[in-house]
Amino acid sequence: MYERPKLQSLTPSITPTQDADGLSPLVIRASNLDLTFQTNDGPVHALKDVNLEVNKGDFVSFIGPSGCGKTTFLRCIAGLETPTSGALSVNSMTPDDARRARAYGYVFQAAGLYPWRTIGGNIRLPLEIMGFSKAEMGERIKRVLNLVDLEGFEKKFPWQLSGGMQQRASIARALAFDADILLMDEPFGALDEIVRDHLNEQLLQLWARTEKTIAFVTHSIPEAVYLSTKIVVMSPRPGRISDVIESPLPRDRPLSIRDSAEFIAIANRVRDGLHAGHGQG
Amino acid sequence: MKSFFPVVTVVAAVLLIWIIAVVPMNMHLTADQAQRDGLVVSPDTPIARQDFSGLGLAVRNSHLIPLTYVNIRPRLPSPHQIAIELYDTVIDKKITSKRSLVYHGWVTLAPTLLGFAIGTLLGIMLAVGIVFSRVMDRSVMPWAIVSQTIPILALAPMIIVVMGAAGIQGILPKAVIAAYLSFFPVVVGMVKGLRSPEGMQLDLLRTYHSSNSQGFWKLRLPASTPYLFASLKIGISASLIGTIVAELPTGAKAGFGARMLVGDQYGQPILSWAALFAAAITAAALVGIIGMIERGTLRQMGMKPA
Repeated sequence: MYERPKLQSLTPSITPTQDADGLSPLVIRASNLDLTFQTNDGPVHALKDVNLEVNKGDFVSFIGPSGCGKTTFLRCIAGLETPTSGALSVNSMTPDDARRARAYGYVFQAAGLYPWRTIGGNIRLPLEIMGFSKAEMGERIKRVLNLVDLEGFEKKFPWQLSGGMQQRASIARALAFDADILLMDEPFGALDEIVRDHLNEQLLQLWARTEKTIAFVTHSIPEAVYLSTKIVVMSPRPGRISDVIESPLPRDRPLSIRDSAEFIAIANRVRDGLHAGHGQG
Repeated sequence: MKSFFPVVTVVAAVLLIWIIAVVPMNMHLTADQAQRDGLVVSPDTPIARQDFSGLGLAVRNSHLIPLTYVNIRPRLPSPHQIAIELYDTVIDKKITSKRSLVYHGWVTLAPTLLGFAIGTLLGIMLAVGIVFSRVMDRSVMPWAIVSQTIPILALAPMIIVVMGAAGIQGILPKAVIAAYLSFFPVVVGMVKGLRSPEGMQLDLLRTYHSSNSQGFWKLRLPASTPYLFASLKIGISASLIGTIVAELPTGAKAGFGARMLVGDQYGQPILSWAALFAAAITAAALVGIIGMIERGTLRQMGMKPA
């Protein structure tokens, strides 16, 4: 059970970005990253001077209003967009090489399961593309279904599952080929609050068990604070990082931690960061 | 079965209008015949009767109304006459008889199915080319559209004659015309179907670093299946129409088209109408069969039943 800290000890122990302790190697490193889209309405400055370091095992959230470039940055990490200038490395490779090396699993806002494949068949999709053996596929499908708590649904078709279950299946699909990095683009954005809480809790357990590095885009302050070890607050026009918060919360987090003073203090700092970003824009 | 009652209602309404229309349509013919047979007709000369409409004549000669339904060469046959003709030529006649509609039906059906197969295959291949090659997208699609603006009635005899001159006769020229009509809906439907996966689904495959061919077999092709079936339903009926059109102007000796022509030329409208109905029933059956295959396939694929 999480103990609520006493009110008087309420000095938020938020420390600014600290250097890595040397044991956790860098997984993602962005320096002076810039991205400008050429559109019919003229150039759009999607990312400006983004600098960020993500260590192995981090849970990083990107939060900010629409148009702040959080999804664009995630897509840059995935090699789905190419920055205009600056340096970006993923596992010490270029993002595109990392993509070719299948360094990450990507979870989109919509589950995007193929309606003509069963849940098991959907999870098998990346495994087929990557050429795993039949026996290995079966074993991996069992394992990731267990990981997202969907045992027994292997033979079901997507339409037979609820939205939350479909999104869990899509996470299982991203986990199936054992990439070290999990990139998640507002994966629970379309789900209702109760389902979302439940999935957040499960995601933390999954993260603890798999020790993956997770980059997570969200609109929700409580979600970002609850999940992350590092919160990246972004602001729009041009998209840039306005604050990076290293969370002092313990890794083991029951849902009730959201009532704690520390949690609320971090949430306030995130909110301030969002407001400040808006003011400048 | 939900559509059973609406369909029956519409059919009943059409039948009713038809049955009513038979009387004025055939009245003049019937009156002429009745007079020759010695019945009292008013007015009593064909020329005087020309001044009356069919309806007006029917009102003056109500005793002749039942006879309008049994003309041997009616302007508009009554439904039961067609039903009897269909029964005679479909069920009573031996299939080997030259008067059997089953025989004529097969003569039309064989090139229809062959043409449909050719058209579908061609349509799918063109669609794949259009989706994967920008050059084909720019060059083939406009010509496919232009091809459908040429009246098939004008084109069909040319194809038959040209192929005949090249020594190709029988089932193939008709099948070519059927294919000419049926490839187009397949191209249009399949291009739309193969392009139906959204950006997110294509991005997902990119994150797996999948190849183009994997994207085709695992995403684009299955995603296009519902579109394909919609196209096939249009394609198969277009195919049948193409075959019949191919039979009409070319003096074909057998087939639904030949039957319709013979009926016209020898003043036997019941014959033409029976062939017309047999063709319509065949088309409905073909579309129905594809609908069944569609339901089976989509269920097999696990798509949510609509």
